[in-house]
Amino acid sequence: MSALVQYLISGIATGCAFALVATGFVTIHRVTGVVNFAQGGFAILAGYVTFSALRAGLPHGVSELLAVLLATATGGLVGVISIGRRGTPLLASLIITIGLGFLFYAVEVAIWGDQPLQFEGVPGVFGLAGLTLQRQYVLIVAGAGVSFAALLLFFNRTYLGKIFTACASNAYAARLAGINVTRVGIAAFALGGLLGGLAGVLLLPLRSLTFDSDVDLAVNGFAAAIFGGLQRPGAALVGGLVIGVAEALVAGYSHASYQKGVSLVLIVGILVWQASRRPQAD
Amino acid sequence: MAEALLEVRGLTVRYGAAVALADVSLQVARGEMVALVGPNGAGKTTLLNAISGVIRPMAGRILLSGRVTQVPEGRQLFADMSVEDNLRIGAWSVRQRDPAAVYELLPRLRELRGRIAGTLSGGEQQMVAVGRALMSTPDLLAIDELSLGLAPLVVDSLAQHLRSLNRERATAILLVEQNVRLALELCPRAYVLEAGRIVLSGSAEELASSAAVQAAYLGGAPEPVPAVASGSEDAEA
Repeated sequence: MSALVQYLISGIATGCAFALVATGFVTIHRVTGVVNFAQGGFAILAGYVTFSALRAGLPHGVSELLAVLLATATGGLVGVISIGRRGTPLLASLIITIGLGFLFYAVEVAIWGDQPLQFEGVPGVFGLAGLTLQRQYVLIVAGAGVSFAALLLFFNRTYLGKIFTACASNAYAARLAGINVTRVGIAAFALGGLLGGLAGVLLLPLRSLTFDSDVDLAVNGFAAAIFGGLQRPGAALVGGLVIGVAEALVAGYSHASYQKGVSLVLIVGILVWQASRRPQAD
Repeated sequence: MAEALLEVRGLTVRYGAAVALADVSLQVARGEMVALVGPNGAGKTTLLNAISGVIRPMAGRILLSGRVTQVPEGRQLFADMSVEDNLRIGAWSVRQRDPAAVYELLPRLRELRGRIAGTLSGGEQQMVAVGRALMSTPDLLAIDELSLGLAPLVVDSLAQHLRSLNRERATAILLVEQNVRLALELCPRAYVLEAGRIVLSGSAEELASSAAVQAAYLGGAPEPVPAVASGSEDAEA
């Protein structure tokens, strides 16, 4: 019983990080139509920057903030390169993000090498109802909670947030209203970078940091994102939690190496399910 | 003629090899109501899009001494958002985002302000689309198919609103309209666009009494008569 609770809690924490990556996918896809294959890379980049900032003697908080800001800027840059030129076909934009993802690898290997690194999050454990839990879990859940609340406020309560939604809802009408839809798309990429960066600084202290560990994050994040058809941030949050918990249970009760299959099976399952109900929906 | 608000000179637009507009010239004076009529595929929407700046012409000039905002065909609302949010987004390019002035002109919108735009009736949606365009306080309102898919009574009420908008705020209107009778009733001056060219222009009375317009648009012979025909087979299809 206590093992189950332990798995659930670690699953929820990891799921929150997946949900942040997923929301990055959704935010970018809604406005631009592009599936950003560099999305996992923002998290890894933020992890590396945090590692170096801490090494350089910067305190916690400042290091993570710096990392998230850099991930945000990188997101914006990926946006400029992939959709900045008006009339770029969607498929071309998508392939550019794949290429940039590989460019991340090259830069990261050149700076940080190809061996796994580790950086500290919130150290220590705490006891709760007879369980021993890592403090970092609390930080992940709290950080993700605050981020989602802020996103919700941004999209539903601010003028700029509504401009994002308007571009997602009807790009032609947005353009007629004088909105530069390309620029909003680039801003969406920056927001995607911010969300990926947050996921990185929150989750990666629990994992080892390698340049290609973005794949795991991206696959899980993508699986969570398609819960809402790449359109609904709320569904992406639910998706992230489901995947996080499912993976923790699979790893706990069978074998850790089966964990990776969970999101892939879910992706296939969701796509088949969505395809099968499309005729009724329309 | 009064000061020109919009002057289009020798405008040519191509989509690949297809010529959408060929050497089109047109004028709208400040505070004027002008109709643009013509069959499907004539290039009316392309002309509005070029005037609105969402597509770039190959040749020609568009001189605008004011702000133009387009009410697009099919309303194109932000369907999942409230009426008021739709209006406020229309004000993106100006500082003033309070819809009070638009509510004053279109009081029905104040009653509908909290409703989700996609759930409204066609006529209400068209009113939101007009209101949204007005939020940017345009000098020229370019309306693409005001009456399309709407009941006659609804169209009458919308037309009344456009008249009072034109009268009270001196907003010029360029009206693209399939219902030629309505267009010529509402606008004192009109252009006829066929197969990418302006083939006729003049006062509403002149056009309404022209045999060509009567035959093609006001319930005469079903096919265009030679005076208006442009030689393109597509235009007659």
